[in-house]
Amino acid sequence: MAKITASVFTSHVPAIGAALDLGKTQEDYWKPLFAGYDFSKQWMKDNRPDVIFLVYNDHATAFSLEMIPTFAIGTAAQFQPADEGWGPRPVPVVQGHPDLAAHIAQSVIQQDFDLTIVNKMDVDHGLTVPLSLMCGEQDPKTGVWPCPVIPFAVNVVQYPVPSGRRCYNLGQAIRKAVESYDEDLNVHIWGTGGMSHQLQGPRAGLINKEFDNAFLDKLISDPEAAASIPHIDYVREAGSEGIELVMWLIARGAMSDVARGATADVAGGKPPKVAHRFYHVPASNTAVGHLILENT
Amino acid sequence: MPLDKPYLDVPGTTIFDAEQSRKGYWLNQFCMSLMKAENRARFKANERAYLDEWAMTEEQKQAVLARDLNWCIRLGGNIYFLAKIGATDGKSFQQMAGSMTGMTEEEYRNMMISGGRSANGNRVIGEDGDAQAHRQPQGKGHVLQQAAVGKKGN
Repeated sequence: MAKITASVFTSHVPAIGAALDLGKTQEDYWKPLFAGYDFSKQWMKDNRPDVIFLVYNDHATAFSLEMIPTFAIGTAAQFQPADEGWGPRPVPVVQGHPDLAAHIAQSVIQQDFDLTIVNKMDVDHGLTVPLSLMCGEQDPKTGVWPCPVIPFAVNVVQYPVPSGRRCYNLGQAIRKAVESYDEDLNVHIWGTGGMSHQLQGPRAGLINKEFDNAFLDKLISDPEAAASIPHIDYVREAGSEGIELVMWLIARGAMSDVARGATADVAGGKPPKVAHRFYHVPASNTAVGHLILENT
Repeated sequence: MPLDKPYLDVPGTTIFDAEQSRKGYWLNQFCMSLMKAENRARFKANERAYLDEWAMTEEQKQAVLARDLNWCIRLGGNIYFLAKIGATDGKSFQQMAGSMTGMTEEEYRNMMISGGRSANGNRVIGEDGDAQAHRQPQGKGHVLQQAAVGKKGN
């Protein structure tokens, strides 16, 4: 049986990708940020997954305004790093896991979450920056990511975006889907984006350390409360783009301590172990938060 | 019945919802076209001619030509789409975000390094934070700009 053993949470700022790609990681501005991921890179080596289920958002890259899927699962064999206007990031092609992805799609849709199935899609910094942060720099040609990745894109660009509660419940459905896959696979689920940031208007540059740290606390020990935060609180407290944090709730909802409510058919287990916690301001316009939670 | 839009009273902020998206459809799709290198080159070679190929309003075209991102956003633009114009111009996301505040690039960068803009006073329209309408534009950038314009006029 496949099993989710851990969840990883991290911001996915494009400037972090640029800093990596342009060799700036040792500059004073970036050094403290990358230091926060030293533990994580070693942890990835020690806890190598077979598959990463990576929740992220597309930033007007694969999806223009022609189509705006709320939840899109990538079922392709491969995903090319996208050209977002600055040229594609020099990172390896992302290998998918079409069998597990198709299995999850079928199971999750049967649990009443209407996913869009995507068989062809380029992936932008939302997906590749977390991979670079967690796996270290890779040569675009000779390098490889440590395992296949299932991209899971969430619309957080055009309002209304899915609620935190819906994302949290979806995470539980994803866990059930993974646990019904026969092959023994060690699966990690990652929630990316956030933390507080606003990229538009006279309010651009908003950062809220108090909100962000309270969110991290809640996410760890009271995810129900985190799932209850309404959209407007993210906008007021964490900036218009801080809404990306709803994606973290998908990953958190998939952890084994979360029971499935009144119709529970998956039992809730013990709270996760906090393997790593990191917070840093700023990366360009954004507050960077990072957590690694292990199922116990 | 009116739709539920609790986000209309957040200062200095335009939430990109279905209504804004409808308004800005062609503006944003034009931006999307700049993801192709050959389109970037054609746009740079003759911006007006390239814009005229799109079903945008005249005001949207003027806002793009002026590189006024706040204006573009009022007309339905979304920052992730508008970022393609910045990429075409060789601008970073931080330069683009900063340009909407009135601050110079250095002022904005320094604000971020010292912890960013506070949410205090900036949660609801009518408070007294630095993102409120009565405190725009911010920083010294606009003063310099006005001085430059004034000089040109003399």
